Amino acid sequence: MTTRIDRKFAALKAEGRPALVTYFMGGDPDFDTSLKIMKGLPGAGSDIIELGVPFSDPMADGPAIQAAGLRALKKGMSLTKTLDLAARFRQADDTTPIVMMGYYNPIYIYGVDRFLVDAVASGIDGLIIVDLPPEMDEELCIPAIKAGINFIRLATPTTDDKRLPKVLQNTSGFVYYVSMNGITGSALPDTSRVAAAVERIKKHTDLPVVVGFGVKTAEQAKVIGSAADGVVVGTAIVNAVANTINPDGSLVADPAEAVATMVKGLSSGVRASSLAAAE
Amino acid sequence: MNTVVEPNSFKTGPDEEGMFGIFGGRFVAETLMPLILELQQAYEDAKNDPSFKAELQALSTHYAGRPSKLYYAEGLTQHVRQLAKDQGLDGGAKIYFKREDLNHTGSHKINNCLGQILLAKRMGKTRIIAETGAGQHGVASATVSARFGLPCVVYMGATDVERQKPNVFRMKLLGAEVKPVSSGHGTLKDAMNEALRDWVSNVEDTYYLIGTAAGPHPYPEMVRDFQSVIGTEAREQILEREGRLPDTIIAAVGGGSNAIGLFHPFLDDKSVEIIGIEAGGRGLDGEEHCASMSAGRPGVLHGNRTYLLQNKDGQILDGHSVSAGLDYPGVGPEHSWLRDTGRVSYVPILDDEALEAFTLTTRTEGIIPALESAHAIAHAVKIAPKMAQDKIMIVNLSGRGDKDVHTVGQLLGMDI
Repeated sequence: MTTRIDRKFAALKAEGRPALVTYFMGGDPDFDTSLKIMKGLPGAGSDIIELGVPFSDPMADGPAIQAAGLRALKKGMSLTKTLDLAARFRQADDTTPIVMMGYYNPIYIYGVDRFLVDAVASGIDGLIIVDLPPEMDEELCIPAIKAGINFIRLATPTTDDKRLPKVLQNTSGFVYYVSMNGITGSALPDTSRVAAAVERIKKHTDLPVVVGFGVKTAEQAKVIGSAADGVVVGTAIVNAVANTINPDGSLVADPAEAVATMVKGLSSGVRASSLAAAE
Repeated sequence: MNTVVEPNSFKTGPDEEGMFGIFGGRFVAETLMPLILELQQAYEDAKNDPSFKAELQALSTHYAGRPSKLYYAEGLTQHVRQLAKDQGLDGGAKIYFKREDLNHTGSHKINNCLGQILLAKRMGKTRIIAETGAGQHGVASATVSARFGLPCVVYMGATDVERQKPNVFRMKLLGAEVKPVSSGHGTLKDAMNEALRDWVSNVEDTYYLIGTAAGPHPYPEMVRDFQSVIGTEAREQILEREGRLPDTIIAAVGGGSNAIGLFHPFLDDKSVEIIGIEAGGRGLDGEEHCASMSAGRPGVLHGNRTYLLQNKDGQILDGHSVSAGLDYPGVGPEHSWLRDTGRVSYVPILDDEALEAFTLTTRTEGIIPALESAHAIAHAVKIAPKMAQDKIMIVNLSGRGDKDVHTVGQLLGMDI
């Protein structure tokens, strides 16, 4: 079964450039604004959207994404509303893949079977659930695959060659290489190490490999993009939203516009990296 | 909820995947997975290595001061007999304290820390991190780190840093770096999040010394094993003193390490009633308590599935307890399983009841108990008058209360 994700990577391959994968937090700073942010992403150059589901205890996230999740929760965001956000986006866009990213507990409490039915109906294409390693595949990964949703796994520098096959076994859509051991928003490691890691993973799989954690600028997107099938940007986008919010919650600028401007810049980066690769 | 068929033995868990029934497991980020598997292997090896056992035994005896005493709390027993008399009864069970407060560092936490620091050393780790609520585990971690010459970082909720000042100072004296965590309510849950973030960023050299019988497998099993010395000793001691097993054993449950340590060796003694005491805070009606098993439902947090305080969207609540050590919205997975199998009953004790027991124990026994332990004592005082005088109960006095004098002083309106 081909999914929107498969079709997107096939199209990008024909175009000869890496994907720009953009993460934003659903419901930050509020539901309506985040819908506007989401709707603006494809036009600004985002190829795949990672839709963050807020969680009270984001153990693998740095301060920026923690704060974004808390802002969203304070405004009443929930998993139900995050699904609704995706569904509303889908009404006008049937091609841009949506990958939901978050932690397992809200899904477990929602009920796995019910969640998968609603996720498919909302146009969700893939899931990245940070706290579900392959050892826990029976929980959600296997049911998700049966429901036609890609289960995208994180591979990290600690995932050695012995472990990679286990991590890749039930992975579909793409592989997300976390370029460093750490939380989201940390500093980017040097490019040669990233390139070597991508090569290592590609020896084990034909799936596209995208790289995330630490990419903030168009130049970094260009460099990383030349070594991988895609670049994930998250914290920088979440920070762009945060920078439009006053301490009292009022807005100094339009968050959707701020995000679009940032994504346009990053997009020029990944597009330049196709040229760099062609030269 | 989740009724489970009663097993032949309650002592065989967890299974190879780290599950106690539906509870437990390894719900962690991929970055940590290889480490957790490595830890599991290292622990298996250590368990089967006589030299590891011998070294732990020697440290327990000469450094921590084990075995801890089993003390007949005569003053408190007289008190409950008087309570019975006042109600026109002639009951009043005999109350024993398992004196974990007499251990080096003042609580049961040293048992686990000694075991884990030896393991960290075996694994070649050079940096220790820990989370702490009341500071008891932080102090024990800082202590063993000092003893073995390893740098130690302790994450502690900012609220707890404030209410457990003496322990913060002790940790600093011992050379540990105390990092206050201000996210959430600034309590144990938040400290654990931050410790996990540190670990995921420093996997190469860092050993995460978890203080309670929770977290991803193998921690719940490993911490239980290191703490089971409490119940193993208590069982031998009571057989020697009374010639029979106790009728009831009681311990306070936050994450649940002192409780599982006392309970585990008694789990297959069918005649022994086992009661875990949760923090009832200001009552179970609102959200100001930490009674995850009495008022929560199963969910996934901090690497394991267990009973959690959470809202209908699966967001974790902060909870409240007067006792920093019980101020945690979850509980170790083995307790969740013991609850569902019905082997152990879990009941709440309110802040006020714990405070009353704190004062009572101080005045009748000349022992200042930790506020955590005071919860267990409060329940003992509640049920002992209704039990016959020839009944025997053991209460785990998991720690001493010196660290709580500021909190208690404030609550009682005393100037210290």
